[in-house]
Amino acid sequence: MKGLLPVFRRELSGYFTTPVALVFIVIFLFLAGVFTFQLGGFFERGQADLVVFFNFHPWLYLFLIPAVSMRLWAEERKTGTIELLLTLPISLSAAVVGKFLAAWAFTGIALALTFPIWITTNYLGNPDNGVIFAGYLGSLLMAGAFLAIGSCISATTKSQVIAFIVSVVICLLFMLAGLKEVQSFVSGWLPPEALRVVGSFSFLSRFDAISKGVLDLRDMLFFGSIIVVFVAATGVVVNMKKAE
Amino acid sequence: MISIRNISKRYGTGSRSILAVDGVSLEVGAGEVLGFLGPNGAGKSTTMKMVTGFLTPTSGSAVVCGRDVVDDPVGVKSLIGYLPEGAPNYPDMTPAAFLDFIAQIRGFSGAEKRRRIEAVEERVHIGGVMRQPIETLSKGFKRRVGLAQAMLHEPPVLILDEPTDGLDPNQKHEVRNVIRELASRGDVNSGRAVVLSTHILEEVEAVCTRAVIIARGKVLVDGTPAQLRSMSKYHNAVTLTLIPPLTSAGEPLNLARELATIKWVADVEDQGVRHVPVSPAGPGGPRQTCTLVPKGGRPLLADVTSLAKSKGWTIETIAVEGGRLDDVFREMTTRDQGREAMKAGGAA
Repeated sequence: MKGLLPVFRRELSGYFTTPVALVFIVIFLFLAGVFTFQLGGFFERGQADLVVFFNFHPWLYLFLIPAVSMRLWAEERKTGTIELLLTLPISLSAAVVGKFLAAWAFTGIALALTFPIWITTNYLGNPDNGVIFAGYLGSLLMAGAFLAIGSCISATTKSQVIAFIVSVVICLLFMLAGLKEVQSFVSGWLPPEALRVVGSFSFLSRFDAISKGVLDLRDMLFFGSIIVVFVAATGVVVNMKKAE
Repeated sequence: MISIRNISKRYGTGSRSILAVDGVSLEVGAGEVLGFLGPNGAGKSTTMKMVTGFLTPTSGSAVVCGRDVVDDPVGVKSLIGYLPEGAPNYPDMTPAAFLDFIAQIRGFSGAEKRRRIEAVEERVHIGGVMRQPIETLSKGFKRRVGLAQAMLHEPPVLILDEPTDGLDPNQKHEVRNVIRELASRGDVNSGRAVVLSTHILEEVEAVCTRAVIIARGKVLVDGTPAQLRSMSKYHNAVTLTLIPPLTSAGEPLNLARELATIKWVADVEDQGVRHVPVSPAGPGGPRQTCTLVPKGGRPLLADVTSLAKSKGWTIETIAVEGGRLDDVFREMTTRDQGREAMKAGGAA
């Protein structure tokens, strides 16, 4: 995919030439800390693992990831730079994938900056670092899935505010699909097979398994396919909506 | 170099669809600077967007240097330098970073990349602002950054959508100079093809070798600016200021009627008599200014001067007009509208 690398580099450096990167990373780290130590009772639990740390990631991502993804395409459409980008000699997929990967790499950087908590845990006890690695991997995959959904929604609108709100709602639906409350709500009028399908789309239960160290190929494939499907859908939407 | 064949674009589907471009065909050769003229919404931008591969034509084709834009969009895009309307760019980037990005995408690296960026930076004179975020630059500089982006790879085909729109007269002048220079510099081969859209008619005069008027998605006129001007009713019209003789009552004699008797004069536009005070430039008194519109663009000058001589009138100023582009533009684009309106009325 010729042109993917320059697009990726431009997009990624775009986060760091504006305050976006700083604000995002500071708030991400701050909230991750608050959730882990205050709400999760990291010390009080007296266990050398990062379960509480990862437990709150879906909720952190729910609001923070749409804030990253909302500008991906909505801004290009609003300022008209989409016309510039798509008349450069690159394929549409290079532009779509390059931008997505840049946003993913950016969240990856933010996630990697939580490393002090890993060091702390290793200092205080003897955690299973394999489980922690699985947790990070699962978290990164889930962030990618949220980003892919957000990227697709960002392509449907010129308004970053709309992109943000709609992304939050849709990501919430994906997250909660497996919860008992949601399941019992739809169980009345959905056949059990459909109910299982809805449940299987739940980010929460998939991520829960990975973050406990259960690296099931099916869970990883799930997040992988969500990413592929929504990035491909982004391409379709961009192509459809670019003229408006 | 550019060959557009019967290209059309329809936005939307069903009864609410709009036919923005309706069967436009054009050939643009090397060394030509084609001015694309038309009222807003005429289909200029849409046509350009189809040629540059941003939009897919509903029907018809566009071929650039032998490559079809639908079959080989990336190939065509690599041959074109394009300045979209309003010269969009990434406001947070500096021109240096922006041009670096464009150069990378265009496949340049290392010393070649640096050389290209330096060359283009010099050509559009943005050397002093290369490290400033683009959003802090003036409109003129932003436009130049857009031009720099379009010509970085020395493309054989340049497509510029309203390159001078919204600039002040000095900036317009500069941008036009750059365009003229670009067109004449055939550094790669025998020259490049430039297509620019505008609704400023003086621009066509200033930079274009050919002008196409388009309205409601159709090509109405295609010719050199001079040919276009000659379609004006003012082509070869004579505008003169005379010192009219006084009547026995001491009133200045109205010469309009006498001028109208000249052979081939279709119409006399009388701008009236005004009184000028005595000045070093000439005696005071009444002056009459008239424009003589010829029949079929025939030259009138000889007949006008011989009439004035025989009558003993003093001609203070006299000028032959080449024709007025805005007049042609208005006539072509509104006549079409009138017809359409009549058609619509008849249908209803």
